[in-house]
Amino acid sequence: MDYHSPNSFEEASALAANATGTTRFLAGGTDVLVQLRSELVTPDTLIDVKKINGVRDITRNADGSWTLGVAATGAEMSEHPELGRDWPGVVEAMDLIGSTQVQGRATLTGNLCNGSPAADSVPAMVAAGVTVTVTGPGGTREVAVEDIPVGPGKTSLAKGELISAVHIPARGDNGGDAYLRFIPRTEMDIAVVGVGVNLRLDGDEITEARVSLGAVAPTVLLVEDCAKAIIGTTLDDAALDALAAAASAACNPINDKRGTIEFRTEVSGVLAKRAAKIAYARAKGEQA
Amino acid sequence: MSKLHVSTTVNGDAVEYLCDPRETLLDCLRDKLNLTGAKEGCGTGDCGACSVTVDGRLVCSCLMLGVEAEGKQIETVEGIADGDVLHPLQKKFIEYAALQCGICTPGILVAAKSLLERNPNPTEEETRYWLAGNLCRCTGYDKIIRAVMDTAAEMREAS
Repeated sequence: MDYHSPNSFEEASALAANATGTTRFLAGGTDVLVQLRSELVTPDTLIDVKKINGVRDITRNADGSWTLGVAATGAEMSEHPELGRDWPGVVEAMDLIGSTQVQGRATLTGNLCNGSPAADSVPAMVAAGVTVTVTGPGGTREVAVEDIPVGPGKTSLAKGELISAVHIPARGDNGGDAYLRFIPRTEMDIAVVGVGVNLRLDGDEITEARVSLGAVAPTVLLVEDCAKAIIGTTLDDAALDALAAAASAACNPINDKRGTIEFRTEVSGVLAKRAAKIAYARAKGEQA
Repeated sequence: MSKLHVSTTVNGDAVEYLCDPRETLLDCLRDKLNLTGAKEGCGTGDCGACSVTVDGRLVCSCLMLGVEAEGKQIETVEGIADGDVLHPLQKKFIEYAALQCGICTPGILVAAKSLLERNPNPTEEETRYWLAGNLCRCTGYDKIIRAVMDTAAEMREAS
């Protein structure tokens, strides 16, 4: 295994484009090293992106949007004094991943590129409308988070491409987001179902919404029918029931030791309701 | 394959080693620097027995490569006592018998020290969540949590 620590994303991209065999990028390493250790994936080329300037930065831009470096850790996101006020759902979703120790290394970009349908941060990012910059041999392009995963462990990134920045939109007025997951324990587990909700209000009425489901399909889903079920409503009981029905209808889960198809389908609706209520209350300014 | 040269600082001492890029920081601490306090329980970041701090941040040393330690400040359980004088956490762990087989103890001491440095007055819930990534199969955790809570109280009184 060749180890590289380039100083720019262009150099990292060129290294990957010219490499033969299996290439992995290393940010926090909480998945890459597990795969290396268990001999699931032994890269021929390992490209550590942490020597690139600015990869740990969390920056609020002039327009209120946020740019996060690809190696900013979950711990750094949780400790940031402002980020969690704008996007509590995104920060809490990231914080659910693993232990304190894992939080010290794990990154949004790594969670996304690992391609797990159960990745906690991904539904929250999809709901929030997060985009990423992809640097490749032909330059850079902006890609919506929901367009990165294409199947379990698989992404749409081509050879030589890597994510070079994460962009979270400006929170704006009267908006709120939330992420909830179900696990059979209280900590240190992988989502059986995860739901991210992001919405905006005009008075009591929802004018914009994005709802995302995790761990119930081969990829994280952005479910338009869920958004339609609550847009134009005040999140009354009828809207919540329609939201739950749309969430359950969108599920295409597997049976495994963590949950059955029936259980995941049912819980998707329950969590969608609960997450929507939290996002709604946050949009009203009723809770931090 | 040629080995990579790494210069780093462990418990305040400048150290160097040569490592294969596949070797973890835990491998390097144990096999090259003879610092065998950090233990390999799972090797996959689940058990916390290999906990160390890197530039003040609590991490699993099994989930970090040895080459990534270049230029970093590493703290391990070996650096917790001041010579022969045990750290208050170490004294309380003995007093409370907060260990049996002892495999998890170095990681828990490192993790608990990191908690108390950030939060001198944690609630029991905060302590349990902070240490959720440190598995102990002997004690049932209660003595560990009580030892950490009592250490925090004692250190607050002393400061």
